[in-house]
Amino acid sequence: MSDLILQAAQAEKTTPLPWLADFQQLQNNTWLRQAVPTRKTEAWRYTPLNRLEKGNFFGAPAQVHECSECLQEQISLPDANGDELDCYRLVFVNGFYAESLSALGELQTGVSLCRFGDANEAQQSAIKTHLGTIANDSVNLFTTLNNSQLQEGVLLSLDDGVVLDKPLRILWLGSAQAVPFSVTQRLLVLMGANSQAMVLEQHLSDDAEQNSFTNGVTELSLGEGAQLHHYRLHQEHESVLHIGGVFADLGKNSLLNSFHLAFGSVLTRIDIVVNHRGQGAHSELSGIYLPRNNQYVDYHTCIEHRVPNCTSNEVFRGIIGDSARAVFNGRIHIHRDAQKTSAKLSNKNLLTSNRAEIDSKPELEIYADDVLCAHGATISQIEDEALHYLRTRGISDQEARVLLSFGFINTLIEKIPHTEIAEYLRPKLAVLFARDPELLRHIV
Amino acid sequence: MLAINNLHAEVEEKQILKGINLDIKPGEVHAIMGPNGSGKSTLGHVLSGREGYEVTQGSVQFGQKDLLEMSIEERAREGLFLAFQYPVEIPGVSNMEFLKASVDAVRAHNELPDLDAVSFMKKARSVCKAVDLDQSFLKRGVNEGFSGGEKKRNEIMQMMLLEPRLAILDETDSGLDIDALQVVAEGVNSLRSPDRSFIVITHYQRLLDYIEPDFVHVLAGGKIVKSGDKSLALELEAKGYAWLAEEVV
Repeated sequence: MSDLILQAAQAEKTTPLPWLADFQQLQNNTWLRQAVPTRKTEAWRYTPLNRLEKGNFFGAPAQVHECSECLQEQISLPDANGDELDCYRLVFVNGFYAESLSALGELQTGVSLCRFGDANEAQQSAIKTHLGTIANDSVNLFTTLNNSQLQEGVLLSLDDGVVLDKPLRILWLGSAQAVPFSVTQRLLVLMGANSQAMVLEQHLSDDAEQNSFTNGVTELSLGEGAQLHHYRLHQEHESVLHIGGVFADLGKNSLLNSFHLAFGSVLTRIDIVVNHRGQGAHSELSGIYLPRNNQYVDYHTCIEHRVPNCTSNEVFRGIIGDSARAVFNGRIHIHRDAQKTSAKLSNKNLLTSNRAEIDSKPELEIYADDVLCAHGATISQIEDEALHYLRTRGISDQEARVLLSFGFINTLIEKIPHTEIAEYLRPKLAVLFARDPELLRHIV
Repeated sequence: MLAINNLHAEVEEKQILKGINLDIKPGEVHAIMGPNGSGKSTLGHVLSGREGYEVTQGSVQFGQKDLLEMSIEERAREGLFLAFQYPVEIPGVSNMEFLKASVDAVRAHNELPDLDAVSFMKKARSVCKAVDLDQSFLKRGVNEGFSGGEKKRNEIMQMMLLEPRLAILDETDSGLDIDALQVVAEGVNSLRSPDRSFIVITHYQRLLDYIEPDFVHVLAGGKIVKSGDKSLALELEAKGYAWLAEEVV
């Protein structure tokens, strides 16, 4: 048995949740039966796990951490008027709740929102009932690890018909500690029939070398007619190791719009599973990944169509620069009964260096015969025609390349329904394409 | 303004231009006509500096400078503008960003300060209106999903914003209906001035009803085989190009 498996199984918790102990014990037993995937495991063949195995991340428990100024600066997110966005905000530093930075305020009737460490009896019961049950036939061993390790998390539960009045923003902040450590993050969203919400998850760190392994899992359960806008933004330092997942169950006529972003790091591997469980459900999944230097990003997505008359649309775009590497695996699984399914998948990649690498793999598994399924994957460089056109208008070659690269992902940013998030992201993304502000002044 | 002397150029090792001589003075409008494959568009591409078009002989003087020594963007900043026959679609880059970047680059080259956002918007809106495009086109991706006519009008809009010294219109009339043709012609005519010149590359006399040329040249087989005034265009319209080919032989 590998050291990682054993060490994690024996890891000590700083703030255990006694009411979840039985569940966690079972999960720990399951974890002990796992083997760390190797390059021979298809779903992990490109994912470099060596740093995780050698990092000794479970040797000592994480400590409650002060939030540095650098981290605090990252919390701000302005609205359209330039004021701080009015939202419910929960901030965690290295997995521990930072009350002074959080803002929960009054909750409307029918909304249950808490952190796991502060859950009342009803909330504990909701967590125990649903945790680890969503899309649970598609989970991987790192979700099992998350189940067994978690000591904090966020629960959002909406009663039928409730429209959450403000966005929920969850900030998962990271900062290095004296010895390597692991962080387990968890979000559970339970949406009653016809409820609506916007949930923004941000993974941030200070701008120093990180020495943690983060495992962040999100579970989304949408009841009949529920509508959820979900964002998961990975904006951490390039030294982080993050393996996480987003698992969603979609009830009848529900709508999930989920947007993903990853800058790239030593290891960023996110598995997304969207389960269409009720007829008429629709999912919009989109994402951007932008690894540079020696960074790595890996998105494994799986769209499950289990019942008839559901639709899904998935668009991921990546720009891979320098010696960076990205993996995109997009699976669409249409089950035998899922007639009249419409499933679309598009993955486009731009390589801006001849050392950059992308492994793009669409995977279609279709067992129904009356379906519409379209998929496409492209890998390209900056188009000469477009570059030439911009230059004939006096724009320098350098600026033209920045405009075209940014334009490649901007088509997705433009579609972000919350303009304050699009505006927040534009400058943060633009700086990845050039250091010289002169080259960026026309896009930000 | 522009002096082309014995210009030879090849594309993929195929000789296309075989000794072009052309002298364009400030304020003049020169029409270049000719059959398909005669090298009309190649001339436009060579002048704009397109990669893959290799000049093998001859010279081009633009104002006081050697045009062929300049990079693509330098030519544009010096005041050369090519309206593309097939404008390129660039999703994700808004027309407005693109136009501002372009205008700023040209102004910076001429040591003029950037236009502030408000003045620029005002100017952009007015040229947009002048070519009869809805203001929403400024926000859309460059040429993204534009119809053929809208793309051509977008080219003219750029020309009006950049106010070049020399504009080359490469078959700007192709694919235009009569209303769009008039809009394009009005845009060009509004820019005509004693210190601005035009090269109008076209197949048809039709455009020249609206943009009246000072000179008409016929390009065939990579050379200018005949030059005249605007009546030459009418003659070509009536007789076609075949008689010229015979004359050359």
